[in-house]
Amino acid sequence: MTGAQIAAKAATQTTVISRRSKKDTRRESGFALIMWGALAIICLSIAVLLTTIVVDGLPRFSMDLFTNQPSKVNPATSGIQSAILGTLYLMAITAALVIPVGIATAIYLEEYADSTKWFNRFIELNIQNLASVPSVVYGLLGLAFIVRGPLDLGPTLMAGGITLTLLVLPVVIIVAREAIRAVPPSIRDGALALGATKWQTIWKQVLPGSISGIATGVILALSRAIGETAPLIVIGAAVSPRFNPDGLGSAFTAMPVQIFAYSKDADTQFLELASATILVLMGLLLLMNSIAIYLRNRFEQKW
Amino acid sequence: MAGTPNTPQPAMGGGGSGPNLLRTRSPRAIGEGAIRVSLFVAAAISVITTTLIVLSLLRETVAFFGDVGATEFLFGTKWTPQLAGDQQSFGMLPVLVGTLYITGIAMLVAVPLGLLAAIYLAEYAPERVRKIVKPILEVLAGVPTIVFGFFALTFITPELLRPLLGPEVQQSNQLAAGLLVGLLVLPTVASVAEDAMTAVPYSLREGAFGMGASRLIVSLRVVFPAALSGIIAALVLGASRAIGETLVILLAGGSGQLLPQVVTSPTDASGSMAAFIASTATGDAPTGSIEFETIFAVGFTLFVICLVLNLLSIRLVGKYRQVYE
Repeated sequence: MTGAQIAAKAATQTTVISRRSKKDTRRESGFALIMWGALAIICLSIAVLLTTIVVDGLPRFSMDLFTNQPSKVNPATSGIQSAILGTLYLMAITAALVIPVGIATAIYLEEYADSTKWFNRFIELNIQNLASVPSVVYGLLGLAFIVRGPLDLGPTLMAGGITLTLLVLPVVIIVAREAIRAVPPSIRDGALALGATKWQTIWKQVLPGSISGIATGVILALSRAIGETAPLIVIGAAVSPRFNPDGLGSAFTAMPVQIFAYSKDADTQFLELASATILVLMGLLLLMNSIAIYLRNRFEQKW
Repeated sequence: MAGTPNTPQPAMGGGGSGPNLLRTRSPRAIGEGAIRVSLFVAAAISVITTTLIVLSLLRETVAFFGDVGATEFLFGTKWTPQLAGDQQSFGMLPVLVGTLYITGIAMLVAVPLGLLAAIYLAEYAPERVRKIVKPILEVLAGVPTIVFGFFALTFITPELLRPLLGPEVQQSNQLAAGLLVGLLVLPTVASVAEDAMTAVPYSLREGAFGMGASRLIVSLRVVFPAALSGIIAALVLGASRAIGETLVILLAGGSGQLLPQVVTSPTDASGSMAAFIASTATGDAPTGSIEFETIFAVGFTLFVICLVLNLLSIRLVGKYRQVYE
């Protein structure tokens, strides 16, 4: 429908309505009520969700969580030390891999790629599609190609890190591209006019100008990776290991995997332990998001 | 200067080609070419990822169809791949129906709530309220899905559904899973739909207001239809996320491992394709076994469904943009 058609349609609509303005106001306030009702339901659900988790998890929240190892038999003294360390290792690996690859792809697509060429358009479409592939399918990729098959890494930290990297790569690329696009062309023209090469322009002008947006994208991607459970289960993360990971080739567990393992247990003590683990996970997420907001405010460039 | 930076490079990713344009290859030009090639290689990783996903799924799926007929897999109504001997059956329909059933419940939650929130944010909300509501939706979008699953399992089923519907509600049930998947995809639906409505040019609203239309008429009869393809894209994207969601269903809706017939009651456990994959592929199914192949055959089906939905939504958004930009 074109704008003109829509406007015309609306015009006929209003001439009818304006004659019954009382009914009109009644409808108006009725709709407002429905919208506020919907917003109230949304806010209420999220409030109940967060309070239940805090109320269930807080009594179990203690130093034991950080100092003790998981246990399948002793919920009272069980901790999640190996899971916390596993998650931190996974985040470090994912960040180390996704930052260079993601930014390089974004730079290529924004600064170098000729979007009339079919393979560049294909790369773009491909990234959009990758962003919506279910995470469990990435787990299958990890299982078939990284854990077994060509890379044959086994269910190790490195395999988990690579799988999560591939999963969140599209997020970094999409956000970094937007940040790079926001740098005005005049900045590039200025640098080029002064004799800088294309790469010098990108490295000294475009990247510093878009760093806050890129950092936000990276943190967004990592906060998605930190809660991912399905791919780690599929590639065979260990359940409740009583040892800390000691290198990239080590077996591992992560907080979400541990939450999953505890929630399946019939013993309610394990459910409390799961709630406490969720609290730790949400705490980490909150910290990451605060850093993102800080970076955005501190380094945001106004052109 | 021979290597003037803005000399158009003739070939994409080919630092070594095109010597006609650069009369002498200065070290600087070679460096620039090398950088260009390495950036292209990075960009190719995402294409390689897709290729590997398709390859890994196809390889096992082809092997699977060597043992099981396509008709049995797609239209059979008995799903018992874990059982031995005569009891084993590979009719995927119960899992597919479970997936769509839970997605359906999820959309019943996410569509009205998400669209109302989007209309409110795009057309009604004063800046002050917007500043509160937007972050709430962002918080909802940032909560890991396992938390939603845990909440469905430990709160929705025992504290809400059982008191309301009676004790016959199973510990894992399609209703609890569907409700929470709905809450999970709500922010996606709301934010994509809001973007679509915000992008409608203001002149359309001015025209309608100028003719005396009320805000309700402007929102529902002008902005909503004008943004329709973007809004449908939001729904399609939401559905695609719901279909691929794993943990909520695995914890609160059923594992999808043993479904001798199609589950029709919302208070019974079923499962979904994604939940089946995650519950069965726990890393120890031996390569080459029929169990291992089944996981990939289901994964391939899931991948194709999500791919089709996503291409559809990209098309819809693109079509919508052409009208006004």
